[in-house]
Amino acid sequence: MDAGLLLFAATLRIAVPYVLAALGGWASERGGVVQIGLEGLLLVGAFTCVWVAHAAEGAGWSGGAAASLGIAAAAVAGAVFASIHALVCIRFGADAIVSGIALNLLAAGATKFLLTLAFGSAANSSRIAGTSASGEGFSGALLATPLVLVAVIAVLACDLAARRTPFGVRLHAVGEHPEAAAAAGIAVARVRTAGVLLSGVLAALGGAHLALDQHQFTAGMASGRGFIAVAALVFGRWTPRGAAGACVLFAAAEALQIHLQAHASRAIPTQLVQMLPYVVTLIALVGVVGRARPPAALGRNAAT
Amino acid sequence: MNAVVHRVRRAAGAAALPGVAVLAALAAGAVPLALLGHDPFALYARLFADTFGSGYGFGQVLFKATTLLGTGLAVAVARHAGLFNIGVEGQMALGGLASACAALALGPACPAAIAMPAALLAGAAAGAAWAAIPGWMRAWRGVHEVIATILLNFIAFALAGFVLIRYLADFETLHTAAIPVAARLPRLESLVPALRGAPVNLDLVIVLALCVLAAFVLARTRWGFEVRAVGMSERAAAAAGIPVRRRMFEAMVVSGALAGAAAANFVQGYKHYFEDGFTAEAGFKGIAVALLARSHPIALVPAALLFGALDRGAFVIGGDVPKEFVDVLQALVLLSVVVAMRRRSRRVAPEAA
Repeated sequence: MDAGLLLFAATLRIAVPYVLAALGGWASERGGVVQIGLEGLLLVGAFTCVWVAHAAEGAGWSGGAAASLGIAAAAVAGAVFASIHALVCIRFGADAIVSGIALNLLAAGATKFLLTLAFGSAANSSRIAGTSASGEGFSGALLATPLVLVAVIAVLACDLAARRTPFGVRLHAVGEHPEAAAAAGIAVARVRTAGVLLSGVLAALGGAHLALDQHQFTAGMASGRGFIAVAALVFGRWTPRGAAGACVLFAAAEALQIHLQAHASRAIPTQLVQMLPYVVTLIALVGVVGRARPPAALGRNAAT
Repeated sequence: MNAVVHRVRRAAGAAALPGVAVLAALAAGAVPLALLGHDPFALYARLFADTFGSGYGFGQVLFKATTLLGTGLAVAVARHAGLFNIGVEGQMALGGLASACAALALGPACPAAIAMPAALLAGAAAGAAWAAIPGWMRAWRGVHEVIATILLNFIAFALAGFVLIRYLADFETLHTAAIPVAARLPRLESLVPALRGAPVNLDLVIVLALCVLAAFVLARTRWGFEVRAVGMSERAAAAAGIPVRRRMFEAMVVSGALAGAAAANFVQGYKHYFEDGFTAEAGFKGIAVALLARSHPIALVPAALLFGALDRGAFVIGGDVPKEFVDVLQALVLLSVVVAMRRRSRRVAPEAA
């Protein structure tokens, strides 16, 4: 198998949670609601998927069917969890950054709490069969979980929605100038809520991929991916294709890092290689951010 | 006289809503407890009896609260300049590392009068230096400090882990050698026998003094006024001739210094070494403490005590329910406080923002 092709396949697999979370960030922030709760949503999606799939397998379901049920449950859980964010920020008009921090803490605590209750361990769940990759190499990586394809479709769908659909235009409008949007007859709160709920579904699906890919849930397994997704969103100038592109770049760096660790000599210390993606992101932000314009009403509550 | 009544009334009003929010969070937390077949009242009663009911338990609460007071103060100072320092966790980690390094470098021969403050200041300097990066990025490059500090946290953890494992770690452990006795902060149990066995130490007094100092500087000095002006409105502050970027940067650096100093409670006061992961989310919990106190340096004290008690309470109730229940409870407190505060500020003065 060609090393380059393997690296490409690994990049795709690694990119999925970043891409889905960043698309979620787009849906929420384009509408003007800051979304740093993506990290928590990844955890919620990952845990729910494993919990439900494990229960289904216990009831005699096949791995694939149980995984499908788990994925569906993750999407629902993501929407429910994001609805707290919508309630706190849109209905009550509270600070979205604080709400995001609180929801991240809540997700980290609640998944560990439930993990201990459901699986008797604070560290990791039992293994699930999930969707076992049939082929080796490229096609195996491509179909590692059904969510690789879902992510590809989601990028195309969000990009199309952003530019060609009434929903995309309304989302853009409420994120730029909520008062004008309201005057034009758009239900600002409703459109924003839809964006936030969509962010929950998308990010939770990203979490489900993480869990299915590793065939289990481990405490804190999102390990910063949600925050990287926020950075990718900024880097991609709050557009679906830009954010997805940034995520793929980041995933490529990570795939390369894993490859280096496996094959290179031990001359390069692990920790230094590990911090590389974050350093690169930071430098990229310093270079690009002056030119990236956030949605004008981001973080601002509509005067309703 | 009237002014005193007014102040008391205002303080009571400010405390009432967080109080209600805390009760609401406890009520919300009671639901899963009841579903699991526990008596929430009995569990809560035990939680508070074992934390505030005995000298040892209270000493443990004070120990936990010391760290949270330090990180809460760090977050609060940045908040006054309108900034969210999510990077306290990383600044604290590097502060602890620098503090331990300084103490080890000075060696056992160095007198306590030098070693103790030197280790503390080394921690503060490292935290300040690390916070200067996002401070500069925010003030002069327009990079949002929330994203920059989150990324820098990951880099800080990796950096601290690298330095520790490569150069400092004791054989087959994840911590440095013990720092000399001279650099250690003495435990308060030697003064207050009731606290026997609890790790609360001199750092509590130091952090309380820092809170008073911060309250004074923010309220009574020109620098404090200018920082708060920047936090309220960058444009108005700029129009008034205040160097907005400079004050923003400085507030972030001070916040980082406080975050670095917050490591002293563990490194100099408790374990006497730097350990990988010793921050244990104290930086993130500091955000909750600061918000609960509405960033007022003195109001941080009761907020830190509450979160310290919950932290300690995790051990108390750990036998009955998973101790992560406390994390859930703390998140619920933060969430309900945020909502309660927003509703209050709306009622008092409709914000144009």
